Amino acid sequence: MPEVKMRTISYSTAINEALHEEMARDEKVFLMGEDVALSAISPATAGLGDRFGHERVRNTPISELGFTGAAVGAAMAGYRPVLDMRRIDFMMLAIDPIANQAAKLRYMLGGQVSIPLVIRAPEGGGSQNGPTHSQCLEAWFIQVPGLRVIVPSDPADAKGLLKSAIREDNPVLFVEYRALYSLEGPVPEGDHTEPIGKAAVKREGSDITLIGIGSQARSCLEAAELLAGEGVDAEVVDPRTINPLDVEGIADSVRKTGRCIVAEEGHKSGGVGAEIAASLQEAAFGALKTPINRVAALDVPVPVHTKLEAIVLPSTEKIVAAAKKVLS
Amino acid sequence: MARSTSRLSRKRLGEMYRTMLRIRRFEETADDLYMVGKVVGGVHVSIGQEACSAGVCAALREDDAVLTTHRGHGHSIAKGTRLPEMLAELMGKVTGLCRSKGGSMHIADVSKGHYGAHSIVGANMPMAAGIGLAYQLEGKDQVAVVFFGDGASNNGAFHEAMNLCAIWKLPVVFFCENNQYAVSVPAEYSTSVDDISVRSKGYDAPGLTVDGMDVAAVYEASREAVAHARRGLGPSLIEGKTYRFFGHSRGDPHYGMYRTKEEWEGWKGRDPLIVCEKMLKMTAKQKKAHADAVEAEIKEAIEFAESSPEPEESVALEDIFA
Amino acid sequence: MSEDKAPLSDERMQTMYRDMLRIRRFEETAFELFEQGEVVGGIHVSIGQEGCSVGACSTLNEDDAILTTHRGHGHSIAKGTRLPEMMAELLGKATGLCHAKGGSMHIADVSKGHYGAHSIVGSNMPMGVGIGLAFHFEGKGQVAVIFFGDGAANEGSFHESMNLAAIWKLPVIFFCENNHFASSTRVGYATSVADISARAGGYDIPGVTVDGMDVLAVHEVMVEAVDRARRGLGPSLIEAKTYRYFGHSRKDPQFGPYRTEEEWNEWKAKDPLLVAEKILGVSEEEKKAHDEAVENELKDALSFARQSPEPEPDDVYEDLYA
Ligand SMILES: Cc1ncc(C[n+]2csc(CCOP(=O)(O)OP(=O)(O)O)c2C)c(N)n1
Ligand SMILES: Cc1ncc(C[n+]2csc(CCOP(=O)(O)OP(=O)(O)O)c2C)c(N)n1
Ligand SMILES: [Mg+2]
Ligand SMILES: [Mg+2]
Repeated sequence: MPEVKMRTISYSTAINEALHEEMARDEKVFLMGEDVALSAISPATAGLGDRFGHERVRNTPISELGFTGAAVGAAMAGYRPVLDMRRIDFMMLAIDPIANQAAKLRYMLGGQVSIPLVIRAPEGGGSQNGPTHSQCLEAWFIQVPGLRVIVPSDPADAKGLLKSAIREDNPVLFVEYRALYSLEGPVPEGDHTEPIGKAAVKREGSDITLIGIGSQARSCLEAAELLAGEGVDAEVVDPRTINPLDVEGIADSVRKTGRCIVAEEGHKSGGVGAEIAASLQEAAFGALKTPINRVAALDVPVPVHTKLEAIVLPSTEKIVAAAKKVLS
Repeated sequence: MARSTSRLSRKRLGEMYRTMLRIRRFEETADDLYMVGKVVGGVHVSIGQEACSAGVCAALREDDAVLTTHRGHGHSIAKGTRLPEMLAELMGKVTGLCRSKGGSMHIADVSKGHYGAHSIVGANMPMAAGIGLAYQLEGKDQVAVVFFGDGASNNGAFHEAMNLCAIWKLPVVFFCENNQYAVSVPAEYSTSVDDISVRSKGYDAPGLTVDGMDVAAVYEASREAVAHARRGLGPSLIEGKTYRFFGHSRGDPHYGMYRTKEEWEGWKGRDPLIVCEKMLKMTAKQKKAHADAVEAEIKEAIEFAESSPEPEESVALEDIFA
Repeated sequence: MSEDKAPLSDERMQTMYRDMLRIRRFEETAFELFEQGEVVGGIHVSIGQEGCSVGACSTLNEDDAILTTHRGHGHSIAKGTRLPEMMAELLGKATGLCHAKGGSMHIADVSKGHYGAHSIVGSNMPMGVGIGLAFHFEGKGQVAVIFFGDGAANEGSFHESMNLAAIWKLPVIFFCENNHFASSTRVGYATSVADISARAGGYDIPGVTVDGMDVLAVHEVMVEAVDRARRGLGPSLIEAKTYRYFGHSRKDPQFGPYRTEEEWNEWKAKDPLLVAEKILGVSEEEKKAHDEAVENELKDALSFARQSPEPEPDDVYEDLYA
C-alpha cells in the first residue's frame, strides 16, 4: 500500500481544502451564499472568491428561500451547487426548496432529474449567540427521505465527507459544528474522501459505547479519557452520517460493550439520539445489558448568558455522569 | 431624496439631538464594555444611523409599536426603552430586559411599545403586520413601525408583509435603513433598484427616500407616514439613506475590507449629530449641557448593570410556556 | 437566435391553434376520466387559459426550459410533453412520466425542456431562477420561463426570485397567469396592485400586462421578452389576464360560491379558442382536420395509458436516490 502522508490541519481548513479541490476538479461546482466572496468572512471559504472569481463564488442577497431554490434549479440543469448558509438557523427560511423540492423531485418526477446539491450548514452553541443563532437542527432533516445528512466531527472526516458530498448525485445537508472549526487533527494529504453511510470507531474500548454526533463526538472522546482515569474502557463511535445511518456499524460496537450512551447537541425530544436508540434496540436488543441513555440539549431554547447556556447544552461532564450511571 | 424643510421648533429638534446623543454614547459605551469582555454575546452598533432612530420615533406615541433588528439599540432608546435594564441585558444580568436570555440582538421593552429586536433578518416585518392587524381589529389609532436594513428588503418576508399591510390597509410604517451594506455585500449589488422606496409601487403604497443623516428630514417623512397610517389609509415605505460608521459587528474594521476609506470619510463628514448641531447652531455650552446630562444617565446605567446579580440557574428553565 | 418580428407563417399559426385544441381536449378528457374515477389523485385544469400556454411556449426552442404549477397541463403540452406518457401519469401507470409517483401536479418531461409542474405555490420561481443561472453559465442563449398564478405573486419567493434574476441579469421570464382567483380568493382582495406587472418596477425590469385570451398578443410580448433574455439583458415580468372556466379543482363548480354566472359568461365570450380561430385565420375545413387529428392523438394516448401496467409494489423504493 502506498504510504499516506498525514499533516495536521484544522476542521475549517479541511473544509476549505475540500472546497478548493472540488472547485478546481469540476467546473460545474459553484458556491453561493451571503458574503461568501469575501475571504475574511469565514476560514471555511477563504481564498475561494479570489481564486475562482465572483461568478462561481457568488454573493447572494439575504434571500435564503430564493437562492436555495435557485440551487435546486441549477442542480436540475446539470450544475453542482454548494450553498453556504452561515448558520443553520437561517436555513429555516429555505425549508421548502430543501424538504419539499430537493429531497423529493427525483422521486416525484420518476427519476427524470437528480439534485447534486450540497448545503453547508454551520451550527451549534457555546458562543453566547442566543436562541436563534445556536441551534442544532439535523434531527429535523432525518425525517426527510431523499436528503443525505452528514455531520463530521473531525478534520479528516470534514474534508473527506465534504468531497464525497460534492461528488454525490443527491442533495446533502452537510452540518458543520462551528465550535469545531479550530479543532486540529491529522488529515491525509491528497485527494482524501470518506464514504457516506459508514460510522467510524474513534476510540476503541470494551466497557461502554459512547455514540456522539458532531460536537458531542468530541465530548465523548474527552469523556472517554476521563473515564479511563477511573478504570472504565469506553469505545467512542461517530455515526458521521445520519441519513443513511450505519445502524450495523453502531450495533457492532454495542454488541461488544453491551452498554451505550448517545450524545448530541440538539434537543433531546425527537432527537438523533432517539432515532439511534430506537434503531439499536431493533438491531441489538439482546446485546444490551442496560438501557440506552441520552445526553442532549435540554428541551428549552439556548439562552445567551454563559452560565445558562452551559446548563442547557450537553457537555463532557454530563456524558461522564451518564456513563457512570449506566455502569453502576 | 427628501431633505428637511426645517419648520421644526428648536425645542423638538433639540430633543431629537438629545436622543441621538444618548444613542451614540450608549453604543460607544457598549462597544467599550464589549472590548473589555463585559458584554455577553455579540453587539451590532448603529453609530452613524442615529438620525433614523430619533427621527422616526419622535413621530410616535408611547402606545405605538416598534420592531427592530440585530442593529436595534438606537430604535430601542429612541422609543423610550429603559437604559439601565438594557445595559444589564447586554452585560448578562438577571435584571436585563430579557433576563439575560436574549442579549443585544433581542432587546425588547414591551411596556414602552418596543416589541423587540429580531435577529433573523426579515422576521420582524410579518410580525409588524400582525401588530398592525391587532390595532386595526381593536379599532385603535395606534401605529406599528418596523425597522429593517437594505439587506432585509430582498427577503421574501418584506414582500409578503408589504402586501398584507397594503390589502388590509394596516397601520404599519416600513422604515428601511439603507446603510449601503448587508455585512460585506453592497446594496448596489444585492438590490435591483437604486431606491428601495420604489418597491412601494408594487403594493400601491406611498414610498419616499429621505436623507437618513438628517434627523429633521426623517422626522418629517415619518410624521406624514404615521398620520397616513393613523387615518386608516394603510402602510408606507420610507427609505433612509444612511451609513454605519462601525463594522457590521465587532472584528469588522470601519473600512478597508469592503468599503474604502474615502467612502467612509465622505459619510463621516455628514455625521447626523454634527448635521443637527449645525441646524441648531449649537454653542459649545449647549453641547456640553447635553453631553453632561447624557454622561450622567449612562453612568447610572452602568452602575445599575454592574451591581445587578447574575441569573440563577433556574432562569434557564423559565419563560418557556405561558 | 432572436425571433424575427415578421408575421408568423400560416403553418405556425395552424400549429398554435392545434396546440390550443390539444390542450383543451386533453383537459376535457382528463376531467371526464377524473369524474369517472379513472384518474389517480387530483387534477386542476386550465381550460380557458390556453392562449397563455400556447402564446408563450410558441416562442421557445426545445432546449429552452419551462416550469409550471399545479395547473400545468397546458404548459406541458405546449412545450412538447409526450401525451401518452402524460395521460399514463394521470391514470397512475408505471409508464407515466413520473412513474405514477407525481401525478397531475408534477408532470415533467425534462427531455423536452419541461422542468416540472410544482405543486407548492411559488416554489417553481426560485428553481426557474436556478435554471436561468445554469443557462447563464452555459452561455448558449437558452431561456427559462416560469408560469405562475396571481396567487403565487404574493409569495415571498416571487420577490426573492425577481430580485435575484434582476441583479444577475438572468435569462428568465416570469409569466403570471392572472386568472383572477387563487382557489376562492379574488385577486383584488389578495393583491395590492391592480396590475401585477407593476411589480416589475420594484426590480427595475420590464413589466407588461397582456390579454391572455389572445394567443397572438401573448406571443408578441413573449417574443420581446425572450429576445431580451437571450441577449443577456435579463428578466421580464409578463402578466396575462385570463380566466379559468372550470373550478379550482375537484368539486368546485364553475360559478356560484365565489363568482357569478354573469362574470363567467363575460369571460366565456372571450374563449381563447374562438379568438384564435379568428385571428389565426382557421377555416372550417382546417378546424375539422385539426379536430380529427387531435381526437386521434387523444385516442392513442388514452389507449396507451389504459394498456400500460400499474406500478409494482417494489417501485415505492425506486428513484429516491441517484
Ligand atoms: C435570515 C437571516 N439570514 C442571515 C442572517 C445573518 N445576518 C445578520 S445581519 C445581516 C446583514 C443584514 O443587512 P441589513 O438588512 O442591510 O442590515 P444592517 O446589518 O446593515 O443593519 C446578515 C446577513 C440573519 N441574521 N438572518
Ligand atoms: C405554498 C402553498 N400554499 C397553498 C397551497 C394550496 N393551493 C394550491 S393552488 C392554490 C391557489 C393558487 O392560486 P394561483 O397562484 O392564482 O394559481 P391558479 O390556481 O389560479 O392557477 C392554493 C392556495 C399550495 N399548494 N402551496
Ligand atoms: Mg444594511
Ligand atoms: Mg389564479
